[in-house]
Amino acid sequence: MSIAPSPPRLQLRQISKRYPGCLANDAIDLSIAPGEIHALLGENGAGKSTLMKIIYGVTQCDSGEMLWQGQRVQIRNPAQARQLGIGMVFQHFSLFETLSVAQNIALAMGVAAGTPKQLEPKIREVSRRYGMALEPERLVHSLSIGERQRVEIIRCLMQDIRLLILDEPTSVLTPQEADELFITLRRLAAEGCSILFISHKLGEVRALCHNATVLRGGRVAGHCLPAECSDQQLAQLMVGEAAALIGEYPKVSGGATFLQVDGLSWHNPDPFGCSLHDIDLQVRSGEIVGIAGVAGNGQDELLALLSGEQPMPRAQAATLRFAERNVADLRPDARRKLGLAFVPADRLGHGAVPELSLADNALLSAFQQGLVSHGLIQRGKVEALAQQIIQRFGVKTPGTQTAARSLSGGNLQKFILGREILQQPKLLIAAHPTWGVDVGAAATIHRALIALRDAGAAILVISEDLDELFQISDRLGALCSGRLSALQDTCATQLSDVGAWMAGQFDHSPCAASV
Amino acid sequence: MLLSLEPRGQQSRLMLWCSPLLAAVLTLGCGSLLFIALGHDPLQTLHTLLIAPVSDLYGVSELLVKALPILLCALGLAVAYQARIWNIGAEGQLLLGALAGSAVAVNIIDVQSRWALVLILLTGTFAGAAWAGLTAWLRTRFNANEILTSIMLNYIALNLLLFCVHGPLKDPAGFNFPESATFGDASRLPLLLEDGRVHAGVYFALLALVAVWVLLQKSFIGFQIKVLGLDKRAAGFVGFREKRLIWLALLISGGLAGLAGVCEVTGPIGQLVPQVSPGYGYAAITVAFLGRLNPLGILCSSLLMALLYIGGESAQMSLNLPQAITQLFQGMMLFFLLASDVLILYRPRLKLRWTRRASTPAVTAGAL
Repeated sequence: MSIAPSPPRLQLRQISKRYPGCLANDAIDLSIAPGEIHALLGENGAGKSTLMKIIYGVTQCDSGEMLWQGQRVQIRNPAQARQLGIGMVFQHFSLFETLSVAQNIALAMGVAAGTPKQLEPKIREVSRRYGMALEPERLVHSLSIGERQRVEIIRCLMQDIRLLILDEPTSVLTPQEADELFITLRRLAAEGCSILFISHKLGEVRALCHNATVLRGGRVAGHCLPAECSDQQLAQLMVGEAAALIGEYPKVSGGATFLQVDGLSWHNPDPFGCSLHDIDLQVRSGEIVGIAGVAGNGQDELLALLSGEQPMPRAQAATLRFAERNVADLRPDARRKLGLAFVPADRLGHGAVPELSLADNALLSAFQQGLVSHGLIQRGKVEALAQQIIQRFGVKTPGTQTAARSLSGGNLQKFILGREILQQPKLLIAAHPTWGVDVGAAATIHRALIALRDAGAAILVISEDLDELFQISDRLGALCSGRLSALQDTCATQLSDVGAWMAGQFDHSPCAASV
Repeated sequence: MLLSLEPRGQQSRLMLWCSPLLAAVLTLGCGSLLFIALGHDPLQTLHTLLIAPVSDLYGVSELLVKALPILLCALGLAVAYQARIWNIGAEGQLLLGALAGSAVAVNIIDVQSRWALVLILLTGTFAGAAWAGLTAWLRTRFNANEILTSIMLNYIALNLLLFCVHGPLKDPAGFNFPESATFGDASRLPLLLEDGRVHAGVYFALLALVAVWVLLQKSFIGFQIKVLGLDKRAAGFVGFREKRLIWLALLISGGLAGLAGVCEVTGPIGQLVPQVSPGYGYAAITVAFLGRLNPLGILCSSLLMALLYIGGESAQMSLNLPQAITQLFQGMMLFFLLASDVLILYRPRLKLRWTRRASTPAVTAGAL
């Protein structure tokens, strides 16, 4: 990319932002040229989100200045940012599911842009020009996640856009969809639009971006040309020390089947939810089974049925067994007595109660481990358990009385996982165990899962992170539209296979032959 | 210059204790201003309102009589509110307890056994619990909002009571006054003082205080109730039984309100009258929140509320202040407490924002 003599599209000088208790951005400098694809790399909590919120006017910086095409600006709100030509695609879409694509776009652009009908030709044109197939009349709830992301991107492209900010855009895409997105982004950049691409996936940054700025702990840790850096070097910039972060674990084949799911179907009463069809799944003691899939393809529903939060309908009473024992009609606490442990996807508000202390959160799921006698809580034992979890799993916290809410994501996840593991489960079901967790904590969590596997527990991991699944699981499958692909040994599986399963291409497999 | 609030990130222990004190000081300050505006000496008025009523043993006894029903109702409400079940129906549950207890009492006026009192108290308690049980059933069966159902049941309870007092339970020898016959001596709660109305209901209140404290602070059921209130999904994934906990919390809440009602008719009143409660059940809502849903806090706030009730009455008599002064004081107290509570999570800051704004002009002001 040749640097034009014109001023950079966007230049940040010494941007700082303080939140109570933490300096989210500390004197950050950043410069993006016209037509440049610039990566913003960093762990969770490194300050990426804060920085892009400042650029997009969602929040204001405490000090520092911002130059837009050489001119000093203060962006007070997203409307002003859009007027300047800054567009942003958030990780979580803000679309109305019951409205059509055109209606959604018209709503976001305001009255002046025209009615949905008037916008339709332009939407078609933009989608054709950038190779993003999209029908303006379709209702959003019928779109896949990848298509919804296209709606958000096209919404930005409808205006005269000079800078497009994308927040972890590939986290919701299959590998194939991500490749298509990259083609679009390259075309955009070639037309002179600058792109700020936020990610923590090193591979895609190297494939796509011209330049990268790495943030660590709110500061700029370094600038680099991704194409010339190795994963190790990038990881070192992101984390500080790259040692012992990328672990290789031996694959095993496990023993007797512990969790057995036979032909589980479940009709979701929520019209926009996902129903499950004929799920067959076995997890053996001493192995880790990984299930991939883009969010919203039945993961939440399957997890709720396995944990017992969602009572199993009577017709499905024969479909769920723990070590030959039928558990379909048991409540969550009864299933836990039989050896189930569960790590929900949401740490705060599901896996842990934000307002309660760590000690109380230890009691939350471990209450059947002799912590309650004659209906009274044994405070001493609860304290001891919480203390033990904190020590064994290296949870950084002032003490057991700290509220769960005040822990960082990685620390809280270590605590929750530790709580479940110390109950010596025979079956651990973990949803997105390292989602939003920093690399160091993720490595700890992976090691703990492997240790639990080697101690003979059956483990089921549902995750959107394919690298993670390939790293820790012994067998792999993928969910798509409420169907589960056949499980296959990880060592015999290619990334492209999983990508195909995530897109639903597994009907030829013997497992789905009965469908 | 602007006053702005900055999140502290966590609760301030100091402000947790200071905010009620700050609220009290602000209430007294504003109250004084009000009295000056009305042409009264503020110190003397405050003395009449807050100190004179409890300056003798009789006054203290009256304070306890007033505080008792409020305390019982508020303790029950605290259990429900911990589970985030907004029972607004303590008033109705109290009235129904009084009504059911009276219905039994007027039929056993001649019984001399102490068991008569036990039967009456149990009936009242169960009636209050059953009335709250209606709300629990509507909530768990039909997912009906408990705020609406419990408020509506208050009016049904009140009209039921008025109907009975004017009809089936009216004293035949009572010159057609809307009152029941006075209860038999064995059906009355024994008095604790020779020259005061304070009665044995105080023991029930203390018992309830300890029981609710153990339930909420020490027991696993209390923990489940708290988790349910804070985070339903967390309660679900570990298998706490939501419906059962809703029933339990409402039954305890209603039972204690029913007990408060039946203690009123068997204690200071001695018969069923239309005005069993001057709104104890509603005052208890304020009291429960003033006491931060903590049993000991509720004990303090119920005494304070009772003091405002009797202080308001004496100020009305001796200083000719309007009756609304009590409600005004209650309102100010709650207002200032809630306002001061902001300081627990936020730190006030004086900012010179206009100077900073002026130094960095916005390029496109049109967007604003």
